[in-house]
Amino acid sequence: MSGLVREPSDLRHRGVPLIDGIEKVTGRARYTADLDHAGALVGRIFRSPVSHAEIKRLDVTKARELDGVFAVVTGADCPHTYGVLPVAMNEYSLARDRVRYRGEPIAAVAAVDAATAEQALDLIELEMRELPAYYSAAAARADGATLLHDDKPGNIEREVHHIFGDVAAGFEQADLVREDRISCSEVNHAQIEPHAILAEFDPQTQRLTVQSVTQVGYYLQLMLARCLDMDVSRIRVIKPFIGGGFGARVEVLNFEIIAALLARAAAGTVIMQLTREENFLTHRARPHTEVALKLGMRRNGQLTACTCEVVQRGGAYAGYGIVTILYAGALLQGIYDIPAVKFDGYRVYTNLPPCGAMRGHGSVDVRHAFECVLDRMARELGLDPFAVRRANLLDVPTRTMNQLVVNSCGLSECLDRVEHASNWRVRIGRMPPGKGLGMACSHYVSGAAKPIHWTGEPHAVVNLKLDFDGSITAFTGAADIGQGSSTMVAIAAAETLGVSLDRVRVVAGDSAITPKDNGAYSSRITFMVGNAAIDAAKNLKAILIKAAAHKLDARPDDIECIGEQFLIGKGGQASLSFAEVVKEALVGSGAIQVKGTFTCSPDAQGGKHKGGAVGSTMGFSYAAQVVEVTVDEPTGAISVDHVWTALDCGRAINPLAVEGQIQGSVWMGMGQALSEETHYLDGLPAHSNLLEYRVPTIAESPPIEVQIVEAHDPHGPFGAKEASEGALAGFPPALVNAVANAIGIDFDQLPLTPDRVMQALVERRRQVRASALKGQAS
Amino acid sequence: MAQRQAEYAKKQLIHLRLNGRWRDDAVAENQLLVDYLREVARLTGTKIGCDTGECGACTVLADGQPVPSCLMLALRCDGRSIETIEGLAVQNRPHRLQRAFHEKLGTQCGFCTPGMIMAAEALLRRNSRPSKEEIKAALAGNICRCTGYVKIIESVHAAAESTP
Repeated sequence: MSGLVREPSDLRHRGVPLIDGIEKVTGRARYTADLDHAGALVGRIFRSPVSHAEIKRLDVTKARELDGVFAVVTGADCPHTYGVLPVAMNEYSLARDRVRYRGEPIAAVAAVDAATAEQALDLIELEMRELPAYYSAAAARADGATLLHDDKPGNIEREVHHIFGDVAAGFEQADLVREDRISCSEVNHAQIEPHAILAEFDPQTQRLTVQSVTQVGYYLQLMLARCLDMDVSRIRVIKPFIGGGFGARVEVLNFEIIAALLARAAAGTVIMQLTREENFLTHRARPHTEVALKLGMRRNGQLTACTCEVVQRGGAYAGYGIVTILYAGALLQGIYDIPAVKFDGYRVYTNLPPCGAMRGHGSVDVRHAFECVLDRMARELGLDPFAVRRANLLDVPTRTMNQLVVNSCGLSECLDRVEHASNWRVRIGRMPPGKGLGMACSHYVSGAAKPIHWTGEPHAVVNLKLDFDGSITAFTGAADIGQGSSTMVAIAAAETLGVSLDRVRVVAGDSAITPKDNGAYSSRITFMVGNAAIDAAKNLKAILIKAAAHKLDARPDDIECIGEQFLIGKGGQASLSFAEVVKEALVGSGAIQVKGTFTCSPDAQGGKHKGGAVGSTMGFSYAAQVVEVTVDEPTGAISVDHVWTALDCGRAINPLAVEGQIQGSVWMGMGQALSEETHYLDGLPAHSNLLEYRVPTIAESPPIEVQIVEAHDPHGPFGAKEASEGALAGFPPALVNAVANAIGIDFDQLPLTPDRVMQALVERRRQVRASALKGQAS
Repeated sequence: MAQRQAEYAKKQLIHLRLNGRWRDDAVAENQLLVDYLREVARLTGTKIGCDTGECGACTVLADGQPVPSCLMLALRCDGRSIETIEGLAVQNRPHRLQRAFHEKLGTQCGFCTPGMIMAAEALLRRNSRPSKEEIKAALAGNICRCTGYVKIIESVHAAAESTP
């Protein structure tokens, strides 16, 4: 292993491979479905065949009596709701009286094998009284629509109305006011590992152990305790290797609770693996969003005012919805200096699988609309798209009108870098027919400064153990889901201690061993857990220096460290090896455990207005990108030829991983822009596989050049901020702007599938012909 | 009480070479190769991402050709040579593709990686210096959701340039 890991001195330059990479490339990494489950019962879910109905009769007697079936559970077995937001838990893991979307779990079985479990599902008897179902926000909001949830009139889950500054005055000062309506289709995380869980209930000790695909093991532990009426201390949650998340696994998902219910009912172990279709039913991703955006701009490109109305088709239950709609409004700010902003947001209940958090949570579709409209206004005013962005940059440090704290911002440098790299000035306006360039900017939080489950605890805790063998083990609850967070923790500890990276092991995501962590969401881990790891390492280093001083009969202040050597003063009259210092440090104490913590300053936790905590963060990442496209007019197909991206991540703790994260997020934005969209036929998911839900393959994926901009954040670990989400939202608008540059058509709907492009081209030809005829007639 | 329909499916003996070693196993007539590999041979490096041959995570080599093992019956492997990710490492040293995917970050979450590496291995065996377009063509059946494929292409190039 040692040959594959570089020394710390190298870290700053190129970065290091993932510390768990060898397991992944050799196939040794065990994901949930790979865990030994010999003898485990197989769990399967019985789902609603209709979109909206009252359950009149549910009879599982025959299923229960089937030979080989060990447990059947229904809504009667779990009277507790669950949900990610304490204020909006309105979902049952198994429907009790009513179903609100097609595919909603109603019952589940655990049997000796899959075939028996499936046979048992066929024996379940169900009678329902169907209710009207709504598949669009407009239909659900219409007068007289049946309510999905009795306490939510108009089927509105949450309305948000925020006004900052004098909007009317702002528009009066504008030389140009433009309003566009832009919509974005619902997209799915489509992480490659399907959902899976192994749940083990020990009837003797009454303890439950689950190994699941979770991004936040702590939420899972909380929700299992709530739904199973168990003391939370009796539940252990372990996170095995995770095959991607992107937000899909932040919320506790129904199958996790169902598998635990089955394990307890069967007094044994249950493995549940969802099919790809079931993954699409367990949706929780980015909602279909309609944005009506109006901007005011001076002749020089300066923004004067913004009003934005956002309607999100949220699906059947609350999930993260309130936070998503709040993010949509909050992150209108924090990137440009806009004197007045009005936001009206509506999160709407519909009879579709519930939406949730997806990479760039809440911000992507609004940023898309914003950057498209900026470009269109630039064109109208004869300004360069770069000039318009530059005319509106924030002067940092600053506090936005909605109380977001911005301590560092490298957006200006990001703009310079991609403008230069793409040779924009030379090429823009001189592209051959059918080819175009477009650009856009974006930003994202480095962790929510105020966690949803507010407890008063630090935002992150990391423990370090140093033992007689000289090894250092970092214990963190942070979930590595492929983004490389465990590697980041190892680097943060090793760099702070000045030791070789292979001296550090990371143990992550096991509630019996690792300290609680708020998990992998809102790009919080580098900033928060990284800072906690540095804090822990500093505490350990102080102990080692004290031990070295004692051994060398010197004062701690006189001890210098060069790598793993401890010396007196710079001259080094005497020196100790790491092993010698460890030996000395352990005298009288034995193995050393230290703790490090990080807490976001209250100052950064957002405004006092309702919902003001959402969007607040210790540091924003900033990104700019240029996209080059070719539009094939005969087929309507768009090919992305090249992408230049620059992202300000404060400081790249692991440049290799940062580059990978930026490429991945830009590319995920490309999927949303070009081909990805869910589709339902009367509530039945019609794109519930990876052929019809079109994730880009390697064949249509472009080169993505990455420039890392390092505007050190005063509070970030080594100055770092997030790197995994900020660049995503810039891609769709940069693409739409590039297509407009190529063929002169502005698209108001994502994704730009060939059929939509064709339709627009045909429409334009018709208009050209019609006006030509008109010209002849007159 | 209802009778279980799940009869024990009729089994047949297959004789196949798995990662270089011949072995005999009784497999059900309807058992898929991927399930045989994961459940009988306990080689869980081969992943299931979609159940229907769309994602490529289950790619293995059958007589040197990349195949989605979720679309192939184990029974059809009688007399054939099957190679999985576990068979690539030589004397416990990572194979050049494994080393390159590790060092160049061709893997993030790692779930698509075994299938991706097997597809790339089939390519390198027939084309020792593939162009970027040839790499794209060979890996077009393998979906990765993390990397945007940029570092996957770099990894395959790096492996091709290193000694096997």
